[in-house]
Amino acid sequence: MMHYISPVLWQFLQKWLHRFPLFPPEASTIAPYTDEFYFYLLLISLVGTGIVVAMVVGFSVLYRKERNPEATQIEGNTLLEATWTIIPLGLFLIAFVWGALLYFRIYNPPTNAMNIYIVGKQWMWKAEHPGGQHEINALHVPINRPVQLTMISQDVFHSFSIPAFRVKREVIPGRYTTVWFQVTQPGTYHLFCTQYCGTLHSQMIGEVVAMSPEDYQAWTATSTSGSSLAQNGERLFASLGCNQCHSGSPEARGPNLAQMYGTKVQLANGSTAMVDDAFLRDAILNPTLHQMAGFAPIMPTYQGQVSEEGLISLVEYIKNLNSNYRIQQTLTTSQIQPTGAAPAPGQGTVKQ
Amino acid sequence: MSSTSIVLPDQQTATMPKRSYLNSSYGLKSWLLTLDHKRIAILYLITTVFFFMIGGTAAALIRLNLLTPGGELMSADTYNKVFSIHGLIMVFFFLVPIAPAVLGNFCIPLMIGAKDVAFPRLNLTSWYLFVAGGLLELYTIIWGGIDTGWTFTTPLSTHYVNTHVISGAMGIFVAGFSSILTGLNFIVTIHRLRAPGMTWFRLPLFIWSYYATSIIFVLATPVIAIALALVMLERFTGIGVFDPAKGGDPLLFQHLFWFYSHPAVYVMILPGMGVMSEVVACFSRKRVFGYTAVGFSSVAIAVFSFFVWAHHMFIMGISNYSALVFSLMTMLVAVPSAIKIFNWSSTLYKGSISFDTPILYAFSFIGLFTIGGLTGVFLAALGMNIHLTETYFIVAHFHYVMVGGMVSAVMAGLHFWWPKITGRMYPEMLGRLAASILFIGFNLTFFPQFILGYMGMPRRYHAYPPEFQILNVLSTAGASVLAIGYILPGIYLLWSLKYGKIAGSNPWRAPGLEWQVQSPPLEENFIETPVVDFEAYDFEWLAKHENEVQTVG
Repeated sequence: MMHYISPVLWQFLQKWLHRFPLFPPEASTIAPYTDEFYFYLLLISLVGTGIVVAMVVGFSVLYRKERNPEATQIEGNTLLEATWTIIPLGLFLIAFVWGALLYFRIYNPPTNAMNIYIVGKQWMWKAEHPGGQHEINALHVPINRPVQLTMISQDVFHSFSIPAFRVKREVIPGRYTTVWFQVTQPGTYHLFCTQYCGTLHSQMIGEVVAMSPEDYQAWTATSTSGSSLAQNGERLFASLGCNQCHSGSPEARGPNLAQMYGTKVQLANGSTAMVDDAFLRDAILNPTLHQMAGFAPIMPTYQGQVSEEGLISLVEYIKNLNSNYRIQQTLTTSQIQPTGAAPAPGQGTVKQ
Repeated sequence: MSSTSIVLPDQQTATMPKRSYLNSSYGLKSWLLTLDHKRIAILYLITTVFFFMIGGTAAALIRLNLLTPGGELMSADTYNKVFSIHGLIMVFFFLVPIAPAVLGNFCIPLMIGAKDVAFPRLNLTSWYLFVAGGLLELYTIIWGGIDTGWTFTTPLSTHYVNTHVISGAMGIFVAGFSSILTGLNFIVTIHRLRAPGMTWFRLPLFIWSYYATSIIFVLATPVIAIALALVMLERFTGIGVFDPAKGGDPLLFQHLFWFYSHPAVYVMILPGMGVMSEVVACFSRKRVFGYTAVGFSSVAIAVFSFFVWAHHMFIMGISNYSALVFSLMTMLVAVPSAIKIFNWSSTLYKGSISFDTPILYAFSFIGLFTIGGLTGVFLAALGMNIHLTETYFIVAHFHYVMVGGMVSAVMAGLHFWWPKITGRMYPEMLGRLAASILFIGFNLTFFPQFILGYMGMPRRYHAYPPEFQILNVLSTAGASVLAIGYILPGIYLLWSLKYGKIAGSNPWRAPGLEWQVQSPPLEENFIETPVVDFEAYDFEWLAKHENEVQTVG
């Protein structure tokens, strides 16, 4: 193509096209699928609009009053009308199926995705990495690796959108939502809040930095806060006294939490539930609604006592809890050296 | 098949009738206490145009602010209030009432051969309710504004903003009853007051689409009244229906809100479709191609419109399976609209088309509504919705449908019935010029927004990244052209009230019943009850029986 037009013009065209893009960068594995589908929809729109414009313009020229002074009355034509009912219907149904497949692709994360937590609040995005890295209005991710975001809002509805990855999901108060992507191109991309959330809605933006695995490794090493989310969770678990009941010992008043994540549990109301992030969060805030079978409904609510970040740390801790060894260790240590008042008789002995 | 030739009447000899609904009585009181559906239509016209000017000014301020990426013109809070006012006023106080309450009130009784609507007092009450709601909204704007957007999304509207949400919601709540009563009035009128011989399938398609609109009014409006009442209660007393901390569900509000607001979208387009059928038929001198298909597609749209609301919530974590159902239903609702577009286009086939202002607006409707409708398919497709929703793509899409579609249709209708309403013609050349300006300005304003949307620019942004500026500047430039397209008709229509040529009873040689009476009509519309022995759009009958409708009584 270059050979046929002047190089100067070509350069100008290229520059102009570059300055005046019609598409955001295609930077995730999903983006090409979305764009492909977009082209299908553009095509049927162009053809559809083209036909309508051709009919209106063509008939206007052919049957203008000067050229055709007498109208011919026509009732209709069932066959023709059936045609223009069925063909659009067929094209729309293709769009429906294609769109649904894409939707499931975007919203069903692969099982091996690494997880990052996002907390939205008026008007900033906070990212919590499992390794203990905290970020505000920025998100560092490695390329070529599926990344899942587990998101929640602290106040109003927000929406987490990365146009270059063609993904977006509402961030809702009181409920975890997830989205995933796998970045293909290193670079810095826009991150937008797309749900109107009050005064500084348009400032609730940030950047997603996609890095090569080596760079990402270097970044995680240098920007850690010192303790991982699970470690923070463990501290909270102890300081809130969760370990008193969830000690894992057979006579404990609360269920054993080790290796519980991802399993199905029997609830007191007869139903079963899958233990996922949402279940754990709800069980902390609304224990009686998630009462497990075989336990007395004695757990108090922690509503208002733990921040969303704290809840995330707790969830991350329980998620990675493989054994109760350390819980029992912690309990043991705190019982040997009780803080505060003097030990009552009978206490202070090592229970083993 | 047979041929019809129509000769337009000589405008020079037309005279103004001595007695008409406009001069049957004088004085402000005679207007404010009128029970005449035609005068009530004019009251509505004045009030909705007034609100359109407020909403339009807000739109101009939005576009001016977006001229620069930094949003230097106003503060973020002011911008948020301005776009909220634009949305609230344009949706609830302009688009919803303009076609039903103005054109519907004026035309329905005349078209079906009735002396008035079924409940004239209720009709006037509707207007007063509308005015009361409007005054509450004006109070809201003047005493500090509202910054929830027109969607009142909870928990933002209930717990986080401290603007005048209660009075703003109350205004819509009150105006909603005006919609319900208007809908009720039209349904009863269409069922009970048709002239002898006016069977359902002899009704102009205008009536079919207004009937469908009225059903939506009556069934959907109460739901938004409930939703807004709950928002007000939540703010007043903190009942917690939408508050997750109290076990409420913030998403519930959106279900309730869109259960009204999606059907309401069709309230903002169905009447326009009714106008389209009249105008296209009249100016191509042919009956509408496939009358039954067009009539039933109006009803189909009204019915389907109740089962698509959750397509506003595809990214909000509704279950995947309900997303599938709502996506499918949304695809289905696109089909009747496609049928209509093809039927109107085919009506032109073998017609004898004259290009007066109303049909230019109708062509503009066909083009813009086709684009608006097809981009709706983008948004109905689940996977594409994820990328496009909450961006400028959606802004462009619904402006193509509501402004490109509905406002074009309203302009077509207003120009078409202007001679009937006022007895005078508007200046034809200026009319054609304005219609062209509107079409060009509209595309220049909103087409760049599709591209912006695919690029990912979020809606309701007071400031934006600099790479989006070129397209925003284009859009703002287009908006200034668009503004001329609205101001020009405003001026020449007012001018024509005094200086326009006298129209005569049927300047377009249109076959509808409303054209067989004098312009402007008598207060009682028909001296004697007409007997309808002809089909809708029956140009052959018209050629034989000019101004000779049979009557009884």
